Amino acid sequence: MNRRAVIWLSILGFFLLALPEVANAYVLSVATLILFFAYAGQAWNVMMGFCGQLSLGHSLYVGVGAYAAAGLFFHYGIGPWAGVWLAIALCVALGAAIGFLAFRFGISGVYFALLTIAFAEFTRIGFDHIQWLGGPGGLFIKVEQRDAWDLLNLRGTPAMFYYVMLTLAAGAFVICFFLLKSKPGYYWQAIRENEEAAQALGINTFRWKMLAVVISSAMTAVAGVFYAFYYNNLFPEQIFHISRSIEIILGPIIGGIGTLFGPILGAAVLAILADSITEVLAALGWEFPGVKQVFYGVVLLVVVMFLPHGIWPAVAKRMGVSR
Amino acid sequence: MTFLEIQGISKSFRGLKAVSNASFEVPQGSIVALIGPNGAGKTTCFNMIAGVFAPDSGTILFQNSSIQNLRPDQVCAAGIGRTFQIVKPFAGLSVLDNVMVGSFLKETTTLGARRVALEILQKLNLDAKANLPAASLTLPDRKCLEVARALATRPKLLLLDEVMAGLRPTECDIMVEVFRDLNRSDGLSIVLIEHVMRAVMALAHKVVVLHHGEVIARGAPADVVRDAAVLDCYLGEETEV
Repeated sequence: MNRRAVIWLSILGFFLLALPEVANAYVLSVATLILFFAYAGQAWNVMMGFCGQLSLGHSLYVGVGAYAAAGLFFHYGIGPWAGVWLAIALCVALGAAIGFLAFRFGISGVYFALLTIAFAEFTRIGFDHIQWLGGPGGLFIKVEQRDAWDLLNLRGTPAMFYYVMLTLAAGAFVICFFLLKSKPGYYWQAIRENEEAAQALGINTFRWKMLAVVISSAMTAVAGVFYAFYYNNLFPEQIFHISRSIEIILGPIIGGIGTLFGPILGAAVLAILADSITEVLAALGWEFPGVKQVFYGVVLLVVVMFLPHGIWPAVAKRMGVSR
Repeated sequence: MTFLEIQGISKSFRGLKAVSNASFEVPQGSIVALIGPNGAGKTTCFNMIAGVFAPDSGTILFQNSSIQNLRPDQVCAAGIGRTFQIVKPFAGLSVLDNVMVGSFLKETTTLGARRVALEILQKLNLDAKANLPAASLTLPDRKCLEVARALATRPKLLLLDEVMAGLRPTECDIMVEVFRDLNRSDGLSIVLIEHVMRAVMALAHKVVVLHHGEVIARGAPADVVRDAAVLDCYLGEETEV
């Protein structure tokens, strides 16, 4: 990493740390959401961006992680710091099962993506029938102590949730940085670029693909735990829905697949874009149903057309920092 | 003990015999060339040695253990590196990163892997292009990169599948010199599939000729090029060597 990158990172870090001091509640909620998607996008990026395994079912891990921690808290009063381990364990088991089925039987590319959708979808339908977790009516965590920080039970002010999410996003960035710059990153990228050549260089592709899936699902599980305690309500219809998976992957795609800053930049651009479209349309008085989605779609189309590798690689080139 | 011993391997694809009962040996420290017309089964032989697919029958012994049922990554870990006839660079990565993927087999740290990769790039005269994306290389350089990547795994035996094809005579001579040096100074054993007879004659200690999946001749290069059967099916009468 060069000096320029360090300076940019310091400025960004300072800005993010100081944000709750200056921002109002609305801006803070948007910033928290951006960090959430930056984190989840980073997790997805390990699988697709680094290792080339397309998952279109990451809502599965968000949902299972969320329900695991929320269920423990709701029924037994066990806090999220214990619940997160159950969430990780369940998601790793699920990820490993999907990975094993796919990689053992040579399912790859779009067929692998279909398999991930299938798992997310039947889990969504399955959770409708688990009455213990509220079924289709949803699971609700009691909202309390909004003015004090209770980190142990993850109950507190919006600023607390912001800092928790900031820590997670920064942690994910650091983990991904070290993964990408060491043996796993090299091996994953080799598998992504050409699996046959990777194998000929002594890489057990099955084992390394499994590792990518396991790390990605474990990281996403933690996002689910945060989601549960931030929103306090969970519905299978929402959390496991395929649109949730798409939301997660849009950030890294727009920001730059396989890059470290892509998921972060992409999440920020998308959230700010969605909000500014709403503002502009409201100012113009164009408030027909669906018009917001049309504009959103057109802008995404333009970005993908002109920056097929995402925004970050182009920005990095301008700033003279490495990807 | 024989270094690499191919004993009566056969392979059919949907009834078509690609390799039939082929046997040959590669002594340690030697360079063996596998030649023959297109479709003779040379690459199929390579793929069986490299673990891409197992032979239908026969055994492949490498340092006295049978390797015919190993996966490609296990064969590589056992000490056999290979290049592909149709080059398969990791196009999105830099030249250096390509070679580092290979060197991570024996090195655990990024620094160690980078050091080994740079050494090998230097040996193959690719060090000036280390930071270029592999996708930007010309074909001769891509062939060179294939070799560099395979060498980075520190093999005892190197399988070269037509690395000279498409090279100009001078580039070919440089490559020959590189392999000769690796063979002499590092004791690297090499099996090469090659149509460029200029390279075969300069490098090989022994030549094995395949035709319709069968070994029709083997021996010293000078003898094999005078063999009537070989002249008939492959080299032709007019060949100058």
